[in-house]
Amino acid sequence: MTVLSLRDLRITYSTQGGPVPAVRGVNLEVGTGEVLGLAGESGCGKSTIAGAVLRLLPKSAKIEGEILLDGQDVLALKPGKLRALRWAGASIVFQGAMHSLNPVQRVGDQIAEAMIVHRQAQEKEARTRAGDLLQMVGLPARRIDDYPHELSGGQKQRVMIAMALACNPSLVIADEPTTALDVIVQAQVLRLMKSLQRDLGLSMVFITHDLSVLVEVSDRLAIMYAGKIIEEGPAEQVFHDPKHPYTEALSAAFPEIGDARFRHRPSGLGGDPPDPMNIPSGCPFHPRCPKAFDDCPTHEPALYEAGEGRRAACLLVEGVRAPATGGAG
Amino acid sequence: MSTTPAAATGEELVLGPPVLEVRGLEINFKGRGGLFSKKLPDAKAVDGVDLTLHRGEVLALAGESGCGKTTLARAIMGLLSPQAGEVRFEGQPLGRNLREYRRHVQMVFQDPTGSLNPRKTIYEIVAEGPRVHHISHGPDGESEEDLVARALSRAGMRPPERFFGRYPHELSGGQRQRIVIAGALVLDPTVIVADEPVSNLDASVRGEILALLMNLRDELQLSILVVTHDLGLAWTVADRVAVMYLGRVVELGPAPEVLLRPRHPYTKALLDVVPEAGGMDRPILGGEPPDPTRVPPGCRFHLRCPVVASGRAAQLGIEERCRSEDIAITESGEDHMAACHLVELGEAP
Amino acid sequence: MGLTPLEAQVGPPEQPEGTPGDPQAPRSARAIVWGRRRHALAYNWSLYRHNTQGMIGLVILSVFIALALLAPLIVDQAEITPADTTGVPLQAPSADYPYWLGTDNFGRPVLWLLIWGARISLTVGLVATVGTMVLGSIVGIAAGYFGGRIDTALNAFTNWFLVIPWLVLAIVLVAILGPSLGIIILVIALTSWAGTARLVRAQTLTVKERLYVERGKALGAGNWHLITRHILPNVFPVIFANTVLTVSLAILSETTLALLGLGDPNSVSWGTIIEEAFNSGALTAGYWWWLIPPGICIVLVTLSFTMCGYALDEILNPKLRER
Repeated sequence: MTVLSLRDLRITYSTQGGPVPAVRGVNLEVGTGEVLGLAGESGCGKSTIAGAVLRLLPKSAKIEGEILLDGQDVLALKPGKLRALRWAGASIVFQGAMHSLNPVQRVGDQIAEAMIVHRQAQEKEARTRAGDLLQMVGLPARRIDDYPHELSGGQKQRVMIAMALACNPSLVIADEPTTALDVIVQAQVLRLMKSLQRDLGLSMVFITHDLSVLVEVSDRLAIMYAGKIIEEGPAEQVFHDPKHPYTEALSAAFPEIGDARFRHRPSGLGGDPPDPMNIPSGCPFHPRCPKAFDDCPTHEPALYEAGEGRRAACLLVEGVRAPATGGAG
Repeated sequence: MSTTPAAATGEELVLGPPVLEVRGLEINFKGRGGLFSKKLPDAKAVDGVDLTLHRGEVLALAGESGCGKTTLARAIMGLLSPQAGEVRFEGQPLGRNLREYRRHVQMVFQDPTGSLNPRKTIYEIVAEGPRVHHISHGPDGESEEDLVARALSRAGMRPPERFFGRYPHELSGGQRQRIVIAGALVLDPTVIVADEPVSNLDASVRGEILALLMNLRDELQLSILVVTHDLGLAWTVADRVAVMYLGRVVELGPAPEVLLRPRHPYTKALLDVVPEAGGMDRPILGGEPPDPTRVPPGCRFHLRCPVVASGRAAQLGIEERCRSEDIAITESGEDHMAACHLVELGEAP
Repeated sequence: MGLTPLEAQVGPPEQPEGTPGDPQAPRSARAIVWGRRRHALAYNWSLYRHNTQGMIGLVILSVFIALALLAPLIVDQAEITPADTTGVPLQAPSADYPYWLGTDNFGRPVLWLLIWGARISLTVGLVATVGTMVLGSIVGIAAGYFGGRIDTALNAFTNWFLVIPWLVLAIVLVAILGPSLGIIILVIALTSWAGTARLVRAQTLTVKERLYVERGKALGAGNWHLITRHILPNVFPVIFANTVLTVSLAILSETTLALLGLGDPNSVSWGTIIEEAFNSGALTAGYWWWLIPPGICIVLVTLSFTMCGYALDEILNPKLRER
């Protein structure tokens, strides 16, 4: 069963400087109970996709293509249905938990609010359920009467997770949920999310720039670059045996401790992520690619099959095209 | 000089003469409030640290936020004055010579965007160091422009003239961090203190900045103190690693030793949470991050220590000492040191 | 992270390559820096030009400033001294120049009085504002930058000036020191710097925490360097925009003082024209041409300064910049 499917999704922001394509034709599917990791650097469009699924993007964003959530076309929804979709259909856990909570409202009321708004529960019932949800995320139920400032950063992020689960959504989108947290707290929150996901059979889209986090929590990985997916496949395979040179560079940025290849040899890419207003021709990665050859600046690769359940958008993927003469590194 | 064969990778650690020495450093932050509100207790951000940085060495200072690593770095820069202890540079304690000292010890900050004045051009930013120190010519009679150009190209901004007139907002994050590094290099420093130098950068750019720092170390024999929460980064760049917890260095040693055979349970806990495939089943340290306003008695880690919690400490007969005896590492002759009672028993955490 | 439209463009766009300001051309660093400054100025001007409110204010203001500057060329000062004037007193407006706006009780053309009055009113407004700005900036930056006891003391001082009724203070000061132009300017500056100081202090506090100030400190820079190179340039836009707004207040203050009979009796300002008209019973006698035109001038000038101020604030204060 597919919970979320994106079909040729294109999102363009109109700005004073002209149109800025943030997402340029993305096809993705998330199955029931599956965790999809979406990775990429700043400006690659990954957070824009998250916003588009819940229709949270500003008016200046033009969305084309299809977003199907539980078979419903999100882009065609009327305002009333859209409100029902938000939170009840899909919910989101943001990066800045600290700023996403209302400082003058008790956390229990904030969790209950979503249930009351969506008429899933009466006030009293919602309060009981808020307590249950807090216990589920590892906080004592009595903390429903706490204000956000009485909680630590990790605890606030737990409350955010409880809020996201309040209306039993079919999809949870986690957008850099642990980035602002400290290492040990980050591990605790990740562990919690993964166990909740397993226990409740949640479908999730997990978005972060940190590939090592993704490989820990996701079943499948999709790597984005310049508004497109450039590699997709089972998480561990993509991380340990990347087919696209960009994925290779990204996974090298998170070396495993003890791996002698990286000792005293930090490796990275030259150049910077591309400016969405000025995306290079052909393969958008070619100016930074250590393996680029003559065809790369002119031929834009599609997502080619690259092994079982794997796809990669690189001309070097086996059987597509070989470098002319010794162009590969 | 001392040499140790690091069993883990077979690499040999050769340390040069000491450049920067931290001795018994203590920094407290006064608790706020008092007159009308409840006075908060003072925070012991750095609570007795001894540390030595040698010539040409990359030393990583690792730990959670709130462990005092950034405070220690700022104290080393002379941006904070310690309540006790001292920082010595080439044998001289810091004091009146602070201005001169700052020519030799430079800092690279976590947030390159914030550390560049948005209203200044790249040229002005890099030239600020020489101007502050009234240096108008280099040692070989170079003009200010030559000095700036050289610093920029050393930091990988080539051709340097191209960037003179630019403003920080016109550059990418990686380039901005290079500008910060150029601004430090222009004064020909001996030591660079880098506070989380890549954590605000895009993942694919990080490696290049780290590679730049490594090259500078090799070419200019710079000593680099890298403050980081990321042990993977310590693995890639550091010769030695110091792990801090609640204002103390709790483990110190050659990077492969500390990272592959940790002797302190806290180091082990930090290593266990480095995300990696299949890492979900490893044990994880409970509790909230340490609070420097409430340093527990005894070993400052014992309340969270898995060795104590699992009863292993009791079995080994050290639990009482863990709860009551404060333990610190001392810079003895040994290379790999940990402030843990297990070490005396020869036990691994 | 997704690209938000806000990230798309901040600050002046890059110059096209090959123009005289081309950063690639091998020129001295200083020349490049000045080139970029000019470019930034031109960019801000182009933003200003598209601000309708700001442009209307600027045009009105230019007219008044031109009149004030050209006053001696338009009419000899002797023509408006009560003794030497040739007009019929209290003549209603007519089509003959210079009696478009009629005459006052000495027979002086109101039009000429207004032109000369512009000189004094604008001078008082501008000079008092410069005083306000200098005083407010010094106190504000010192308080914000040094903090601690200096801040506590200066802040108490500032707040004291903020809460005392300025008009009472002004009246007392003018009464003691005597009503001359210099004293009036001084009094206005003394009574209005506190607001500027508070604004500057707040801005200094935020700029002080920026990493580049810390970086400057780590480079070994002293307080003077940090204040002049980092704090001031980043506080200045706020000061500048605020200053333009202060001019309006200063002109109004001068008018108020004049109306209360505390104006400089030896010079003609818009305030003193209204005061004389008032004292001569212009209101009850229906000499409207004597009373209304200076009023309109004051409204127009303060309004145009305010419009310019808001426009500048919008351009120089990145937070307000709409994109």
